[in-house]
Amino acid sequence: MLEKNAILVEGAFKEYYFNRFDFIHVPVKANEREFGYQKINSGMIRHLAMRNDKELHLLLMKEIPSDVYCSNAYYSFPNLPMAEKDWKGADLIFDIDAKDLALPCRKDHTVYKCTSCNDTITGHQSECSKCGSTKFETISVSCNNCISESKKEVSKLIEILTSDLAIKREEIEVYFSGNEGFHVRITSGAYETLGSQERADLVDYIMFNGTIPETFGLKKQDLSKVSLPTTDEGGWRGRIARNLFASKAKTLKITKQITSEGYSSFQLKLEEIKQTMGVRVDPKVTMDIHRIFRLEGSINSKSGLSKVQCDDLDSFDPFSQACLLGHDEVQIVANCPLPIKLKNKKYGPYYSEPVSLTKYAAVYMICKGLGNVV
Amino acid sequence: MLKLGIKDLVKYPFLAEAGEYLRETGLGLEQLGEPDWKPILEKAYGRIVVASSGQIYSPDMERLDNDSEILSFIVAIILLKSASTGTLTRRFSLAEARRAEKYLQQDLWVQKDKKNLELPLKIIQELFGIRVSVENDEFVIKIPDYLRRSVHFHEKEWKLVNRRVADGLVYLTAHETVRLIRTELGEYINSKIQSISIGSIPDSFRQRVQDLILLARRFSDTTIVSSDYPPCIKHAIGVLERGENLPHSGRFLLATYLLARGQTVDQIAPLFKNAPDYNERVTKYQLEHISGSSGKGTKYQCPSCDKLRSENLCFATPDCDGIINPVQFGKKRKN
Repeated sequence: MLEKNAILVEGAFKEYYFNRFDFIHVPVKANEREFGYQKINSGMIRHLAMRNDKELHLLLMKEIPSDVYCSNAYYSFPNLPMAEKDWKGADLIFDIDAKDLALPCRKDHTVYKCTSCNDTITGHQSECSKCGSTKFETISVSCNNCISESKKEVSKLIEILTSDLAIKREEIEVYFSGNEGFHVRITSGAYETLGSQERADLVDYIMFNGTIPETFGLKKQDLSKVSLPTTDEGGWRGRIARNLFASKAKTLKITKQITSEGYSSFQLKLEEIKQTMGVRVDPKVTMDIHRIFRLEGSINSKSGLSKVQCDDLDSFDPFSQACLLGHDEVQIVANCPLPIKLKNKKYGPYYSEPVSLTKYAAVYMICKGLGNVV
Repeated sequence: MLKLGIKDLVKYPFLAEAGEYLRETGLGLEQLGEPDWKPILEKAYGRIVVASSGQIYSPDMERLDNDSEILSFIVAIILLKSASTGTLTRRFSLAEARRAEKYLQQDLWVQKDKKNLELPLKIIQELFGIRVSVENDEFVIKIPDYLRRSVHFHEKEWKLVNRRVADGLVYLTAHETVRLIRTELGEYINSKIQSISIGSIPDSFRQRVQDLILLARRFSDTTIVSSDYPPCIKHAIGVLERGENLPHSGRFLLATYLLARGQTVDQIAPLFKNAPDYNERVTKYQLEHISGSSGKGTKYQCPSCDKLRSENLCFATPDCDGIINPVQFGKKRKN
């Protein structure tokens, strides 16, 4: 990030951490967790221990980090090197990111920025019309559809966690990630000592990965003995039955159809079902039992928005409720060829023009690489 | 505490109650060394020899002599401990675990109707800390308890997504329930043998102890590990050499790698001799299948480094130099 941009962004973050420190807390078992942070234009500093809110607030105000992280794992010695930390357990976590959902709206809110001359365009082009370079950086800006589709994944995840895994709703914490997705954290102790491999299989369950027709009563060799699950069953068997037999009257007809179409055809059907009913989480995040995960209440430097807890997911609007930086006006040259909406106010499109923006909008543009301080 | 019948101890002689039984009989090690008890010594030796060949010792439960069954297990442990051969102890433990597995399964199955599952369920709970409950015709365990064990299996049907799951529980058959704990049962018996301490043994035992030391040598052919092998292959060979259990995916890696390097089935087969569940015929059959010389003729390729990483079989060193498949090891030239 250019030095002049860094000064503005860091100033805005400092103000936030100074004024809103009451909003940022260490999680439970804080003294057993590893903390880490990054500053603008510098590397990650990790293996830190924080005993309480006070120590965390001191770090935030002293260092003004661009991003702050905290481990989902608990250790006996969180500040020692990884091999000596003595892992004791880790919260089960999930990351749902709109960019992994392959949504058709992506192309409508993606800006292509030429890596050579920094010119920005909206549609995909093979080369830059200004300098002829063929390399572009893709930048995704705020999109309500991405948020609502991500929310649907969160709801699917919560349904599986509560009904199949018997995790209580009050043990599930949902957070807006601070950019374009959601983080889910389970506070129940039942799953905290599971290792990486066990979590990988759990993720496959949630994503409906690796299933076989035999699980639903189809045998490769003998199709005469098809015994499909019933709609009142629990877990995926019941879920699949409810999907197949949406109308009870057609149960017999559908069973006959599945039998006649055969094993491979049912396998394909399961693949299709996976795309719609499986939860699209990032498996790497859940499998990683030593990850440092963005700290709730901290700012995400990819956007200047904060990671905040969503008490009511349906009505949650991240572009208002997670937009917590200052309101005073600042001057920047904005180069954002797509309009964005923050706190119910539309900004842009701007074509390399000097504009006076509220600080949170200016920081958003700068963090996205679509604006520079004059 | 559960009241165990003598037949239960015949089936599960590794339980602490077997020791009490021995105390009740008033028999000491010295007496067992007397000529009258020689058949017990021979039976014990036989149990170890059968186990070492990868077979399961399975006498006819109806016709056998209960006392000699329990005593022969105890004497077998004493012989193994005196011979102190890790390989034979591991083989014996695995074979005894598989034998007990068979009885556990029968007990779960037969007694289900009589609602008298106390013994098998208690064994599972006390030894391995898994609470198993019974619901209709099925056995039910908590998801985390299931996952901790199922991840060691590679067949797709063990994946959680392919199980019947509801309300935080996994539903299993009697067979699946005991299959899930086989490895732990083997480790439990092994640790039990390791932990006992014995003083001097009767002179009549010494010959059989010598025989066991000789027998153990048969399984410890050392293999020359080429320095050209990538670290994942060296690790797999090391595990087998120590007589430890290499998971199916590790054996598959080793076989496909060595086949890709031009070795023959006959050259590769002896490597698996140390595996605790080694069976020459099965090993040959599986190697031939992988090599494509039997079955449908598909020649299986060595798994990618990505795949190995996901299976925790990758032990990359800087020498790997960014290869994406172990067969590339050493071949990639630096520019």
